[in-house]
Amino acid sequence: MTNIFIIFISAAFVNNFVLVRFLGLCPFMGVSTQYKSALGMSIATAFVLTMSSVASYLVNKYLLQPLELEYLKTLSFILVIAVTVQITEMVLHKSSPLLYQVLGLFLPLITTNCAVLGVALLNVQQQNSLLESAFFGFGAAFGFGLVLVLFSAVRERLEMANIPASFQGLPIALITAGIMSLAFMGFSGITQ
Amino acid sequence: MSDLLNHWALALGGMVVLAACFGLLIVWVAKTFKVEGNPIVEQINAILPQTQCGQCNYPGCKPYAQAIADGEAMINQCPPGGQEGIKKLAELLDIEALELNPDNGAEESDQVVEIIEADCIGCTKCIQVCPVDAIVGAAKQMHTVILDECTGCDLCIPACPVDCIITIPAPLPEQIKRKSKPPLMSSIKEAQNLPGSVS
Repeated sequence: MTNIFIIFISAAFVNNFVLVRFLGLCPFMGVSTQYKSALGMSIATAFVLTMSSVASYLVNKYLLQPLELEYLKTLSFILVIAVTVQITEMVLHKSSPLLYQVLGLFLPLITTNCAVLGVALLNVQQQNSLLESAFFGFGAAFGFGLVLVLFSAVRERLEMANIPASFQGLPIALITAGIMSLAFMGFSGITQ
Repeated sequence: MSDLLNHWALALGGMVVLAACFGLLIVWVAKTFKVEGNPIVEQINAILPQTQCGQCNYPGCKPYAQAIADGEAMINQCPPGGQEGIKKLAELLDIEALELNPDNGAEESDQVVEIIEADCIGCTKCIQVCPVDAIVGAAKQMHTVILDECTGCDLCIPACPVDCIITIPAPLPEQIKRKSKPPLMSSIKEAQNLPGSVS
């Protein structure tokens, strides 16, 4: 139990995928202009990440390892992620058309979110069990969602702020992301 | 050698089986979570005249149809559809027919617009407001109306700075001579790309 808790905290804060590992930066920059869409994106990514880390664990354990095809893991994990995203998109289209419209293009783009593939590959590397994989994925998604929502709230305020002309738009956003990354450095050393 | 071949066959087979399983899964999910559009919106939209004129205070016919279906709008806000359109809508929705709301404008007989070509200064302003792209012309060139595309929404009349657009009764379909080639695509593209076009 403690083990799982540590994995969760480690994935969410200490080794935060966006601010410490620098994975998944494109949606971090792309969907963070509005608080609402950031929240929706976080939820969708959390779902996809958790599902895909479980599914890729199963594929790795019961298909790739018995057949000694571990070198195909990147290929098959990409397949797993694409399928999970596709299913999420269809379910979301049915259950929440509004969120589907808000997320728009960014929903299929979860497929190419490197954090998702990163989680699947790290799960294999760290030889996590099924439950550990699930919580590692969920922790990563929680950390991703947390910084995305925090960052979007900051960016909404930046829209109103009086910023020097040369820093307006993306430059100030990137600087803000850097400062947030600095703040997350404070978590380092708590766990491995 | 045959070991290697076996391994390749295994790898290929494994991937194909995996992909096939996922394919079946997606087909199942797609069937289970099929999204059906609201059919009533389509039916209302089919009755509306598709002038896209915006007199109903919605951006076009489809949004107005959606608003009627959602109960946000009354059925009497469409002047181009007129009393006949209101009657059809009332029948479809099984509610009472209303008089046309005068706030949205008056019903007019079938009409289209025509550009008095001698007066046209080629400002392209009417092209930009036309919701159905029925006006062709380039910047500083004379414009003209494609009569069988014009819906008579009159949106171009206030946009014209020299008042050279007039309404005329709609010609009967057989009076319109269809050109053998579709409207001058090259000249339309030219008008949009010209740097000097007035915006």
